[in-house]
Amino acid sequence: MFERIYKAQDLMNAACKKLGRQINIMEVCGTHTVAIFRNGIKSTLPEGIKLLSGPGCPVCVTSQSYIDTILQLANRDDCLIATYGDMIRVPGKGGSLETKQSAKNVKVVLSSEDALQLAKDNPDKIVVFVAVGFETTAPATAVVVKEAERENINNFCILSGHKLVVPAMRALLSEKNHNIDGFLCPGHVSVIIGYGAFAEIVEDFGRPCVVAGFEPLQIIEGLGEICRQLTSGKPELKSIYTAVVTKKGNTTAQKIIDECFEPADGYWRGLGKIKKSTLILKDKYREFDAFKRFNITETPTEETSGCRCGEVLCGLIEPPRCELYEKSCTPQMPVGPCMVSSEGACAAWFKYGRISRAGFKSNESKQTR
Amino acid sequence: MKANRHDRILLAHGGGGQLMDELIRYHILPHFKNDILSELADSAKLELASNSVYFTTDSYVVKPLFFNGGDIGKLAVCGTINDLAVAGSRPVALALSLIIEEGFEFELLDKILTSISQASKQNNVNIVTGDIKTVESGAADKIFINTAGIGEKLVGVDLGFNKITAGDKIIINGTIGDHGMTIISQREGIKFQSQLQSDCAALAGLTCKLLENPVRNKMPIASASCLTGISNGVKFMRDPTRGGLAATLNEISRASALSIEIREADIPVKPMVQAAAAMLGFDVLNIANEGKLVAIVSPESANDCLSICKKHPLGKEARIIGEVIQTRDVPVVELITKIGGRRIVQMPYGRELPRIC
Repeated sequence: MFERIYKAQDLMNAACKKLGRQINIMEVCGTHTVAIFRNGIKSTLPEGIKLLSGPGCPVCVTSQSYIDTILQLANRDDCLIATYGDMIRVPGKGGSLETKQSAKNVKVVLSSEDALQLAKDNPDKIVVFVAVGFETTAPATAVVVKEAERENINNFCILSGHKLVVPAMRALLSEKNHNIDGFLCPGHVSVIIGYGAFAEIVEDFGRPCVVAGFEPLQIIEGLGEICRQLTSGKPELKSIYTAVVTKKGNTTAQKIIDECFEPADGYWRGLGKIKKSTLILKDKYREFDAFKRFNITETPTEETSGCRCGEVLCGLIEPPRCELYEKSCTPQMPVGPCMVSSEGACAAWFKYGRISRAGFKSNESKQTR
Repeated sequence: MKANRHDRILLAHGGGGQLMDELIRYHILPHFKNDILSELADSAKLELASNSVYFTTDSYVVKPLFFNGGDIGKLAVCGTINDLAVAGSRPVALALSLIIEEGFEFELLDKILTSISQASKQNNVNIVTGDIKTVESGAADKIFINTAGIGEKLVGVDLGFNKITAGDKIIINGTIGDHGMTIISQREGIKFQSQLQSDCAALAGLTCKLLENPVRNKMPIASASCLTGISNGVKFMRDPTRGGLAATLNEISRASALSIEIREADIPVKPMVQAAAAMLGFDVLNIANEGKLVAIVSPESANDCLSICKKHPLGKEARIIGEVIQTRDVPVVELITKIGGRRIVQMPYGRELPRIC
């Protein structure tokens, strides 16, 4: 294993030498973010390599107005909210689902199927499924919407907050002050959409895109491959997660997404409105669309003052640069959503990242050698 | 056991009258026959050899009540025994309190009582006093159990945070995360098929071996200094239950004002536990154990302590997982990862949430 790590490190060192400046590589997957921290990968990298945590966590990118909408629905006596666990600690303007009185109307589920089952078990309530996540969870949402239609389960609907990864990457690269040299592309999302989906990033923006899995060795080798491309000056599209990711992806899953959803412009926390970046239910399934059922129009709301989650997501600053970080914003009392999710860049930094800020750096030799 | 007139607990079973008397005589007492309890006095009278006594209490609200490797009854006995054992005492007696929700099935109650009885007998710890309360349906979730226990201080044993010094070794007696992941895998709403099994077990046998084994006789005089006022080189023990290894090591680090360095490669974790934790996005260091102890031991005695553990059925997979080190800035627990990276192991938040994708 260490031989392969050394080889990747050599590629990184060569790129640093060739470019003569800091190299910024962005991961756009929350699971990568956590794996990087849990395995202490940053402490093994050459000084010149900086990892940026992009908008890869489904909770982080959810706009405040979306959370406020859930809170409103949770206050209704006729509603039951079914949500993935991470959402319940996300603060809206008047608290989170975990702390509000309305918490009794909120059920944590592990799958969309569980949410549909909740509707079947509670025929006198309208079950609203908080459908968040990227292309990885969207097929599972589509499956239950179709099932609800087939079985005529009218007390079930979804509040779609599903997002698409590639439009967000395009938006980041379209910012004129971005400083992203390459992308470590998400393994899970790529299983669904295929690594071919990132070709446009390489072609239109000339940035290396490498899909990697979640084992530390995969991540390090992925970073090595990006650096190899930077050294050669030829950005490429490549997957080193060959065990599960194909170029075309899972076409069955893509088909079911297309059947139920269509892309629409949407709001991302910190990034604002991004064209064709969210998934909304097609009109055919309007009765299962909570926005339509409850006549909600999502409007952008002011982000919490002082919160710099947006810049964290864009890779413009690291979490400790935010004034709120560790002061009024901690995993116990999160302000911004990057602190809420265990995958969030700020929470991961808070949990595992202190070592680089507490004066340990000098003692932190490269233990792999 | 006399046939019961009811198959479910009624509020009257806690009302101090005829039904409660029947419950005690026909369900409770047959399980826990001993002279002290049979007197049914308001308090248990105990004759102890030592006048130095350890006293602890713990409440059990586990869901589900029955899980692979144990149930709430076994847990209630083992958990309290373990709190006494790791402090350096020999558990002597337990008090048992049951808070039962109206409507709870007698069949399940009997199953739990059988389990409590077995666990206490296996460990030679009598249930000497107790209490029963019943609450209205919805006021409790089926059954809550509280046990309190006392233990006699082992002669010559003196454990404490203040004994810990830089250079001490950290031993764990086996794989981590088994209990927590088992419970999570069997919980409503999360249930997944697995062969995970809780490590729920009473550690008093192992701790007594660790503390009483005459290692000191075999040791060269030169290393005897490490034994001054301590117990075979064992300086401190704690069972890493809620919050897992991460919480326990952070508590030790904070209380001793020393830092801790552990090696991921040396921490035993069952592959199935690791896989289940990874699937839900959990850090296995934060997951609860119920049959594990962390022992801080002097470097000279580490290998002897390890081999004592390995000879015991509850310590076959024991490992030295790291060291206590000097604090550079603030006391921290650091993990050296398998790939040679480093990261800080923080005190867990208190509730692990499954991640989405």
